Amino acid sequence: MPETNSADFSYFPGCSLATTAKESNQSLIECCRKMGINLVELADWNCCGSSSAHSINHQVAFDLACRNLSLAPPGRPLVAACPSCTLRLKHAQQRLRNDEAARSRYRQMWGRPFDPDLSVRHFFGILAGVDMDGLLSTLGRVQINMTYVPYYGCMLNRPFALRALSDHQEVMEKTLAGVGLQPKRWSYGSQCCGTFLTVARPDIVTPKVNAILQGAADSGAECIVTACAMCHMNLEVRCTLKNPIPIFHFSEILSLAFGTSKHKNWFARHLIDPRPLLKSKGLAAS
Amino acid sequence: MNNRGGAPICLKDLDFRFSQKVKRWAGTDFHTCLQCRSCSGGCPFSEYMDYMPNGVMRLVQLGLKSEALTCNTIWICVGCHTCTIQCPMAIDIPGVMDVLREQAIAEHADILEPDILNVHREVLGSIERYGRTHKLEIMLRYKLKTRDLISDWTVGMKMLAKRKLDLTPSRIERIDDVKKIFQE
Repeated sequence: MPETNSADFSYFPGCSLATTAKESNQSLIECCRKMGINLVELADWNCCGSSSAHSINHQVAFDLACRNLSLAPPGRPLVAACPSCTLRLKHAQQRLRNDEAARSRYRQMWGRPFDPDLSVRHFFGILAGVDMDGLLSTLGRVQINMTYVPYYGCMLNRPFALRALSDHQEVMEKTLAGVGLQPKRWSYGSQCCGTFLTVARPDIVTPKVNAILQGAADSGAECIVTACAMCHMNLEVRCTLKNPIPIFHFSEILSLAFGTSKHKNWFARHLIDPRPLLKSKGLAAS
Repeated sequence: MNNRGGAPICLKDLDFRFSQKVKRWAGTDFHTCLQCRSCSGGCPFSEYMDYMPNGVMRLVQLGLKSEALTCNTIWICVGCHTCTIQCPMAIDIPGVMDVLREQAIAEHADILEPDILNVHREVLGSIERYGRTHKLEIMLRYKLKTRDLISDWTVGMKMLAKRKLDLTPSRIERIDDVKKIFQE
């Protein structure tokens, strides 16, 4: 199969993709490979601090993000697949750009100057620049005749200071339009999944998650496609509906559209088994 | 505990220095808040908060320190930024919540949602030990701390069966780097 010329990107997987959502990590690497994007894992990356660090200790949150920035080799964009990790990295980067004291702390702690030119991007930002139709024509496209609702969670929301840095509006719809996937209209595309409240306050998260899954089913969609691995986990873990529709990571669907054969360990890891749906569509049969 | 209309605000013990400090730390000017309630209308979790997000903006404007530090809103807020995107005055509301939470801990204020704080502490503890989060250990330690091993048993077993929870942590090599962050 022809592959386009490879471009190297530094890759920050983050804890969710490295552990609970390995299928998201594997499918991301796979669909990027198909697109000629070579993800080089950032050596010895640490947790971005997640929601907890900035919630109770802004200095630790800043330093954790800075260490990751300091590990990125120059001249190569740093790409993350988790919306939350991306935001933490960008937040620190912005503070470094605007604050000499922050840059001085960075130099002192990590032994090198801050690189203001390092490009930090979410995977969707790279996708937006890809000629998907041309790519699918080259690689050969697998038609996926399935209806779905795109679930972005809170990734489209940002603090004002970071608003201008990217716009991921409709990236999933635009990308998947070429392979037959039909988006359904629904009201929950940007609804927060509840994130860490899932541990201490499942009583809050369960009704929210159920409303999201019920909203998806009511729209007539056959599945949900998620932008975020943490959202994916919350939806699967906290849903108490009887027959919820399956939830895919966006990268899984994109890999299927590129005709991947490496999906063996992806779908069996889902708590809501998507394999019957895939089988009924003649997909991922092996 | 659910005060759906938002708790009433009593004007006494106004501490405007507190107001100025929060403004400086949060880097956002909440004095421009119009009380339009767009934030509270959009917030997915406002029904579980004692003060609505617009109420918290009023508390910090007026320097009602004790009320601001002891409301449950600052703990329920997850920082999803749904409010920010709807605020016509571009106030970074979750940024204010971050500052209030950190101040509540620093000043030993009453923590209205101690379990949520426990989760944050377990997450940070895991990062300090391994450089990354180890979800199974975070869950187990949290459950032991709150003496509740029963409630999520089924979910936990399902996740283990699907190999969603690794038994051993993913560790970084240069853990001293991360220890240094926590010692600073």
